[in-house]
Amino acid sequence: MRISNIIGRRSSWSIPYVVFMLIFVALPLILIMVYAFFDEGGNFTFANLTRFFGDSDALSTFAVSIEIAIENTAICLLLGYPVAWILANKKYNRSSVTIIIFILPMWINALMRTLATADLFNMLGIHLGKGTLLFGMVYDYLPFMIYPIYNVLRRMDPSYAEAAMDLGAKPSSVFMNVTLPLSLPGITSGIMMVFMPTVSTFAISEFLTNNKIKLFGTIIQENINSSMWNYGAALSFIMLIIIGISTLLSGNGEEDAQVQGGLI
Amino acid sequence: MSEDNTIISIEHISKWFGEKRVLNDISLNIKKGEFVTILGPSGCGKTTTLRIIAGFEVPDEGNIYIGGKLMNKVQPHMRPVNTVFQRYALFPHLNVYDNIAFGLKLQGVPRDEIETRVMRVLKMVSMTDYEWRNVDSLSGGQQQRVAIARAIVNRPSVLLLDEPLSALDHKMRKDMQIELKQMHKTLGITFVYVTHDQEEALTLSDTVVVMNDGVIQQIGSPTDIYNEPVNCFVADFIGESNIFNATMIEDRKVKFMDCEFECVDEGFGENVPVDVVVRPEDIYIMPRTDKGQFDGVVSSCIFKGVHYEMIVNTPNGYELMIQDYNPFEVGMEVSMIIKPTDIQVMRKERICNNIEGEMIDATHIDMLGSEFECLPQEGLEAGDKVRVEVDFDKVDLTDDKRDGTCDGDIRFILYKADHYHLSVRAENREYIYVDTQDVWEDRDIVGINIRPEDMRIFKIEEKQA
Repeated sequence: MRISNIIGRRSSWSIPYVVFMLIFVALPLILIMVYAFFDEGGNFTFANLTRFFGDSDALSTFAVSIEIAIENTAICLLLGYPVAWILANKKYNRSSVTIIIFILPMWINALMRTLATADLFNMLGIHLGKGTLLFGMVYDYLPFMIYPIYNVLRRMDPSYAEAAMDLGAKPSSVFMNVTLPLSLPGITSGIMMVFMPTVSTFAISEFLTNNKIKLFGTIIQENINSSMWNYGAALSFIMLIIIGISTLLSGNGEEDAQVQGGLI
Repeated sequence: MSEDNTIISIEHISKWFGEKRVLNDISLNIKKGEFVTILGPSGCGKTTTLRIIAGFEVPDEGNIYIGGKLMNKVQPHMRPVNTVFQRYALFPHLNVYDNIAFGLKLQGVPRDEIETRVMRVLKMVSMTDYEWRNVDSLSGGQQQRVAIARAIVNRPSVLLLDEPLSALDHKMRKDMQIELKQMHKTLGITFVYVTHDQEEALTLSDTVVVMNDGVIQQIGSPTDIYNEPVNCFVADFIGESNIFNATMIEDRKVKFMDCEFECVDEGFGENVPVDVVVRPEDIYIMPRTDKGQFDGVVSSCIFKGVHYEMIVNTPNGYELMIQDYNPFEVGMEVSMIIKPTDIQVMRKERICNNIEGEMIDATHIDMLGSEFECLPQEGLEAGDKVRVEVDFDKVDLTDDKRDGTCDGDIRFILYKADHYHLSVRAENREYIYVDTQDVWEDRDIVGINIRPEDMRIFKIEEKQA
């Protein structure tokens, strides 16, 4: 009787999910914290964190990661925005299927694409380095930039652009004064979806530079692989904080997007 | 090309959207300082006309002149017009002040002049103190005011308004109408106003342009349009009306409802079929007397606030709408009089269907986008172009389109006192007109049948190629 009551309650249906989240999300996060703030002997310490700020290798890798992430995001934005704009413009693209062609690479596992790209460079005799790394990253992440911008542009009421023209704006000022600012929510989500994964990736840099260029993700992976769990956890914790900050920022962006969406 | 006081001149403009011809040889002159309303049902081409003036659409045929200059290919930002959009289109990322200042900033107007001018228009639309507000936080009516302010601050020579009040509630719409009229007087510029609301058009305008199906039906002052509609569409669309099939017996004498009336119209000829419009308030109703021109029985009486609206049936099967300040009870026997000046006689647009087609073989014709059976034709060969006449009452409509030879959808219904006159659009977008006693609904999809014996087929002599 009681058991059937428990099953009957709608809220009890969420129990499996709560259990899943506890085991696979909450527990690992707690473990990261525990490892990050304890030494191997089990004593509470900030040493793992302070070690990072004294570790010039780790710091320079961190700087390189951020730099490459910024460069990758900038290239994706510069390439992706015009593509999104053309795809969203009914004059050039009447079919909503065309966008799928640009999303299509995402259907293939990123690791396989990266390996294939590396093989391609090797076959062509192109030296693996920063250039190939950025190429691989742009190739992997460009769809994540195009799609949110395309969505915002496509949903934008064309009468905004018409109103601007009507008020005397040349096509270039229509873009600068109306289209671009109104597409900011799409740009923000695009940046977030490209920037964060780039900081933490290690597979792409491993395959496309033969591990010549190390990214922040690579260091975490190396530490954990060589059983330095506590330092690895501390580095993960630092990355979590960065992800947290960016998510907060992008969260604000999404709120904006909703306000805009409601208006349109 | 254009007289001195003409500001907009539209000459023989046609526009296609794909296969569909949305504007069909439109010509229109708008005078400086005039308040012109383009009025018509949805899809009649009124908004397209406005967009051609604004420059958002380029005409496929014909020319548009603004201020005497050919404007066909001139970009919207180079035209001396500003638009108030139907859904306002205020920039959501700018506040009220920056929305209004948008055009002035682009022109490079000095900062302090921008401020004076923005403040002045805000005052004009009664929105002082709202300049720093976010446009999302404004009500529909307030957004409307900002949209008007944003357009007039640029001092255009023509202000275009695309159904600007359609999103407002009834009371607010009335208030805004008065304000718009006032604003038109103060600014002294030309207003071109698009609406489907006939009352709004009559209230606001100096000139009303009635459109239907991409064609201008009538251009005139509100009183002209109301009192002297040129055809049944205008008569039916503007206000309430009783429309009759009639015969002009001779000058100043017209016969409808089996009854002869004196009228003031001349020059139609003798025994010519015409249409007659009588407004419901122009029929004088009184208890049964010998002095009436015709008799009837009241079948319904509704109080409408100022007047009563009554439906009266005549013994010979006609149904009339009559408005009077005094109610007459349902079932009461009444007599009616119509004064000669209140009878508006209109030339008939058509007397029967004239359909163009092509012979497929001796007993089949390709017309209206389908294959119709006809009686065996002598002297006509396959491929011959023909003209087929069918009387309005000889066209059958079926509920299920599969029962018809050809599909059609009902685009316009006109009640003509004892029957309905329907405009049905066939598969090839041509119209076929049907007289029927049955009640159909606008936009109904129907089947069309014509019996072979009801077709009168004439060969069209081909011109020498």
